[in-house]
Amino acid sequence: MSVAESLAAARPRSSRAVAFLVFAVAIALIAATPFLPNYYIRVIDSLLIYILLGIGLNIVIGYTGLLDLGFVAFYAVGAYSYALLASPQLDLHLPFLVILLVAASLGAITGILLGIPVLRLRGDYLAIVTLGFGEIVRIIINNVDWLTGGPKGIARLDKASILGIQIARPVDFFWLLLVVVLLAGLVAWRLERSILGKAWAAIREDQDAARGIGINTTNAKLAAFATSATIGSIAGAIFAASQRFVSPESFTLQESVLIVLMIVIGGIGNILGIVAGAAILILLPEVLREFAEWRILFLGLLMIFLIIVRPAGIVPRSFGPDKLIRRLFGK
Amino acid sequence: MLGNLIQQTVNALTIGSIYALIALGYTMVYGVLRMINFAHGEMFMLGAYVAFLILSMLVGDVGMAGAIALTVAFVVAVFLVGFIGVGIERIAYKPLRNSTRLAPMLSSLGVSLSLVTGMQILAGPQPVAFPSFFPVVRYEVLGGTITSMQIGILVAAFVLMLGLHFLVNRSRIGIIVRAVSESRPTAQLLGINVNGAISMVFFVGPLLGAAGGILYASYYGIMSPTMGAVIGLKAFTAAILGGIGSIPGAMLGAFILAFVEVGGTALLPVITHGVLGTEYRDVLTFAILILVLLVRPAGILGEAVSEESIVYKREF
Repeated sequence: MSVAESLAAARPRSSRAVAFLVFAVAIALIAATPFLPNYYIRVIDSLLIYILLGIGLNIVIGYTGLLDLGFVAFYAVGAYSYALLASPQLDLHLPFLVILLVAASLGAITGILLGIPVLRLRGDYLAIVTLGFGEIVRIIINNVDWLTGGPKGIARLDKASILGIQIARPVDFFWLLLVVVLLAGLVAWRLERSILGKAWAAIREDQDAARGIGINTTNAKLAAFATSATIGSIAGAIFAASQRFVSPESFTLQESVLIVLMIVIGGIGNILGIVAGAAILILLPEVLREFAEWRILFLGLLMIFLIIVRPAGIVPRSFGPDKLIRRLFGK
Repeated sequence: MLGNLIQQTVNALTIGSIYALIALGYTMVYGVLRMINFAHGEMFMLGAYVAFLILSMLVGDVGMAGAIALTVAFVVAVFLVGFIGVGIERIAYKPLRNSTRLAPMLSSLGVSLSLVTGMQILAGPQPVAFPSFFPVVRYEVLGGTITSMQIGILVAAFVLMLGLHFLVNRSRIGIIVRAVSESRPTAQLLGINVNGAISMVFFVGPLLGAAGGILYASYYGIMSPTMGAVIGLKAFTAAILGGIGSIPGAMLGAFILAFVEVGGTALLPVITHGVLGTEYRDVLTFAILILVLLVRPAGILGEAVSEESIVYKREF
């Protein structure tokens, strides 16, 4: 057997081993989480929220190739939906699942309303308009004191419960978030593989050509925008329920940029990459506690470095969920 | 009434000329590279900080007289930031020139974030008082108050923009930059040094942005590491409003935006009977941006090209 042949023979087995290792580590982490101290479970909860946000934004940035810098606005829509519908602020106390539904629909509507005027335009302008939109939403939340409590935010939100099961402890949110993240990941992954996903990829690669082969680019982009906004909004509602407090501080431009950063560092267009990116983003300051303020500087520089040296990110698009599944179960 | 009108007009002209200086950097970079430089607002911030540093060294350590020190600090700071701009382009954007359209924008986001957080670590996140670059004398003109600082800012901005006008329209460098901006491949075929032209743009843009930053910080008497974000966004709005890629457009857009902002701030509470206060000024700005993009995406002075042709044709 020549060297090349043995290499070719060895490769699938070793990468299969890697796939199994990734899978085993993931399962082990999930199984171990409930036994960790509450502090660590909270860190993992916020990791899962960022993964959820990443999955949502990735549909626009990674799949469709549009730069959305106002994603945090949808996150805010979801968070304030929960805050207003389940708190003494308006004296409304709707059940969690109903609010989740409301938040998801509101997110989709906001996404479409923003998308209609903007998506017909050049791709470049989208970044700046969404950035402006994010700021508009934040300024409005900050100033409509009678509704949102202004900069003070809304406190004493209700404890969430699903079908009579109360969700209050960090570990409850861990299970809830895990289910939601898996669902959102599944939806995003299946969408990417669908005919709509192919249209997104075509728009990403060459918008003129996509239009040339008969893709309604505006509608496809609108669909991407609405799906992404829905996921962002759901993440916001769960975030509000877990914090039981919301304020405009959580929805700054920097937050949007961080989510973009996370996607680009982890692997643009790849859900597994987003998990890696979120892990770096969230776990880095936990590991290097005394260098906390250097974190964002480090991430910024890492992003520049990666875009130049390894534009596909840490986990490239080619090593997506398909490949993981094929490695695990297929031949 | 007349006095108020005059005063508001001068206020708008002052802030408009600062917006114009920053908008020029966006529009020039877009004209040449078709990229949105998200790090441009940080050049504005760097200008203020570098000038502050040089000024405190000159006055504190060398003991130079005030007026000379101010001039020296201004000139040295804008040139330094110009060179920083060229350096950033070399490191962070040049390797991405044949990459996807998204890549340089993402890279500039990284640069922007790194510069802001870097400055927060170096100088602290809190705002710092900035010395006035002009002696403040108040003049009464027909009942309105105009300060010598406003006049100084207007003159400085006017001189810089006039300089840019001559550089772009009357010099050899300007011809090269315009040629590259019109069509990079053709310019390259004609033997034009494309990299030189791009470096030039990344020198002049940050230089003007830094000048804007110094003038702004000295007008409001304060600077902070995050000062570039919102101003950068507004200047970009101005550039789109005027027609991105067009230099006179950027100036025009900046002044229109400033007038709308100043007028809106004065009129919003009156028109809406106090429902919408002055804090909605920025909302007004972005609402204008979205409206312009809807009605006339090419901007006021931009070429009315079909929506995506300039952007997407060449890059893939």
